[in-house]
Amino acid sequence: MWDYTPIVKDHFLNPRNVGDIPDADAIGEVGSLACGDALKLYLKLDDNKDKIIDAKFQTFGCASAIASSSALTEMVKGKTLDEALAVSNQDIADFLGGLPEEKMHCSVMGQEALEVAIFKYRGMDIPQHDSEHDHGHAYPDYEGEIVCKCFGITDTFLKKVIETNALTTAEQVTNFTKAGGACGGCIPKIKELIAQVLGEAAAQTRTRPEKLSNMKKMQLIQEVLERDIRPLLWADGGDLELIDIDGAKVQIAFRKACAGCASSGNTARMVELKLRDLVAEDIVVEEVSQ
Amino acid sequence: MKEIYLDNNATTKVDEAVFEEMRPYFCELYGNPSSMHFFGGQVQSKVNEARNRVAELLGALPDEIIFTACGTESDNAAIRSALEVFPDRRHIITSRVEHPAILTQCRNLRQKGYRVTEIGVDGVGRLDMEELKAAVDTDTAVVSLMWANNETGVIFPIEEAATIAKSKGALFHSDAVQAIGKIPINMAPSNIDMLSLSGHKLHAPKGIGVLYVRRGTPFRPLLVGGHQEKSRRAGTENAAAIIALGKACQLAGQFMEDENTIVKAMRDRLQEALMTTVPHARINGGGAERLPNTTSIAFEFVEGEAILLLLSEFGICASSGSACTSGSLEPSHVLRAMGVPFTCAHGSIRFSLSRYTTDAEIDTVIRELPPIIAKLRQMSPFGREHLKGQV
Ligand SMILES: Cc1ncc(COP(=O)(O)O)c(C=O)c1O
Ligand code: FES
Repeated sequence: MWDYTPIVKDHFLNPRNVGDIPDADAIGEVGSLACGDALKLYLKLDDNKDKIIDAKFQTFGCASAIASSSALTEMVKGKTLDEALAVSNQDIADFLGGLPEEKMHCSVMGQEALEVAIFKYRGMDIPQHDSEHDHGHAYPDYEGEIVCKCFGITDTFLKKVIETNALTTAEQVTNFTKAGGACGGCIPKIKELIAQVLGEAAAQTRTRPEKLSNMKKMQLIQEVLERDIRPLLWADGGDLELIDIDGAKVQIAFRKACAGCASSGNTARMVELKLRDLVAEDIVVEEVSQ
Repeated sequence: MKEIYLDNNATTKVDEAVFEEMRPYFCELYGNPSSMHFFGGQVQSKVNEARNRVAELLGALPDEIIFTACGTESDNAAIRSALEVFPDRRHIITSRVEHPAILTQCRNLRQKGYRVTEIGVDGVGRLDMEELKAAVDTDTAVVSLMWANNETGVIFPIEEAATIAKSKGALFHSDAVQAIGKIPINMAPSNIDMLSLSGHKLHAPKGIGVLYVRRGTPFRPLLVGGHQEKSRRAGTENAAAIIALGKACQLAGQFMEDENTIVKAMRDRLQEALMTTVPHARINGGGAERLPNTTSIAFEFVEGEAILLLLSEFGICASSGSACTSGSLEPSHVLRAMGVPFTCAHGSIRFSLSRYTTDAEIDTVIRELPPIIAKLRQMSPFGREHLKGQV
C-alpha cells in the first residue's frame, strides 16, 4: 500500500474542480488510456486574458494522479499565466505534502498539462510527432528524439525533467517520467542522458583554481567526488569511497557494482582525469581494496 | 472498521484451529525434531503427522513431501533440480502467465544461456496446447506450468500437459500454489513429477511451503547442509509452521466441498450482479474453467488503484491488475498475455473469496462498487467521451 499523505488522500477522496469549462480559453491534454494515466486541464481567463479565474480537470489514473490534478487546479487559480508557468512539478508535490517517489510522474503530468495548455493558448507551435510505439504517447508535446518507445518519451523532455529535479539515477527517471518502466530497453540511453546533463552542469560551473592550500585541496577533492563523480557511478549502480588523501595521492575504493568490475581500472582513470581537470594537475588516483 | 477481506489469493487468515495446533510449539514444545531426546522426539512425531496430513490432501506418499520456506522456494528448487538432473538438456518451457517465482527465474536462466520457451494463452487465458506440443523436444529439461492462475483463477489442463512433457522425457513441475485447497488434486495416478504449494494461501501461516517430488524422480537439493527432509532440504525444520500446515491441509480437505458449492455460489453472485449493474465491464477469463473463489473484472476507462482505495474506504480489500498498485508501470503481465486491451487492464479488479466470506460481505460490495466506478468515470476524460450519459 502506498504511503500517501493526508493531503493526497483528501484531494483524492474529495477532488476539487472536477469537470470541464465549456468556454475555456486554454485546454491542455496529456497522457493516454494506454499509458495508464491522462489529464485534461481547462483554464478560464479574466477579461484581460491574463489571470486564471477558473480551472477544472478530468483525470484517468491512480489516486496520486487525481490528487495532483486537483492540487494543480487549486494552485493556479488566481495566478497570471506567467506565474502559472513558474509552477514546477515539485511545487505540486510539495502542495500535497509530498508524493511517494514512484508516483512523482503524476506531478510531472500535472505540470505538463499546464504547460501545454498555456503554450497552446499563446499560439506557440507544439509539434505532434506521430507515434508508432505500443502505448500511445504520454507527453506528445516535446520535440526531440524518442528515447523510450514504450511510453513515447523524448530526450528533450527527459533532459528537462532530469535537470529540473536534479535526478541522478535511471530509477529516479522512471519514477518521474515512467520512461524505462516497461521493457527497460531505453535504460542505457537514459543513463547516457543523466551523464550528459550532469556533465553539462559540471562543465558550466567550474574550472581549475590557480593555487590551493593543502586544506582547500582536500576539500575540493571531496567536493568533486561528491558532485561530479559519484552521481555518474550511481547511474550505473556503482559507487566509490574516498579512503585517503596524501599530498597529490588520492586513494579510493570501489563499491557496489563498481567493486570487482572488470573496467574499474578505466573508472579509476576517469576519476583521475576529472580531479586533474578540476583540482590539480599532479593528482594521482590509486585504487585500493578495503 | 471491520475488513471485508476479498483478497485471499494474496494471502489468507490463519484458521483459529490451525493457530491452536501450532501454539504449543513455540514456548513449550520447542525441541529440535532432529534431536535424540524425548523432547525433540515429541516434535518429530507431530511433524510426521503433519507430513501425513499434507500427503493425504494431495493423494501423495509422505516421503514425497519436502517442507520448504515458501512457494517461491519450492518453485526455485524444482527448476534448479531439473537442470542439475539433466545437465545436457538446455531448454525450459513455461507459460507467459506464471507467477514471478517461476518467470523471473526462467528469465534469469535465459541470461545464462538456457533456451526458454514461454507458451502463450488465448483471450480467456487458456494455455495453447498446440504450441506446447510443438515446443517440447528432447533438449527440454523441464516443463513448468501453473495449475491455476493467481490473477484470473483460470485452470490449466495440467495432467494433459504433463503427459506431453513426459513423452519427450522432460520433467514436469506445476506451481499449484493457487489450486491446493480450492480444487481436488490427486497425485497418485498423475504424471506430474514435482508440485509446489504455499501454506499462507490455505489458512496456514506465511513462510511455509511444500515441494512434492514423486518417488523415483531424481532430485538435487537447492539448500544443502544438515540431513533434514532426507537431505533434500537442509535447515532445522520450521516445526510450528509445518504442524500448522498439516492442520490446514486436513481442514482444506474437509472444506473442499464447501469451496466448490458455497464459496463458488457467492463468487458467481458477485460477478453476475456487477456485470448487470456496471456497463462496460467484463470478466477476465470468464470463458475458461476457473477456480471457484476467484473473479477478475475489468472496468473500462478507470484505473485500478483508484478503485481499490475507494473500496478501502468501506473496508473492502481486493487487488488489481493495474500498474499503479504494484509499483511497476505496466499493467499485469497475465492480462497482457491474454490480450486484454489496455483500456481494460488498467481497471481490472480481482476479488478472491474464502470459506470465511459471508453473503452480507458480498452484498456490501454489490452495493458500494457501482457508485465508485460511476464516480471515477465521471472524473475520467475517457469515461465521459465513451459513455455519454450511461455511467
Ligand atoms: C501462483 C503462485 N506461485 C507462487 C507464489 C509464491 O508463494 P510464496 O508467497 O509462498 O512464496 C504465489 C503467491 O503469491 C502464487 O500465487
Ligand atoms: S523503451 Fe522505455 S521502457 Fe521500453
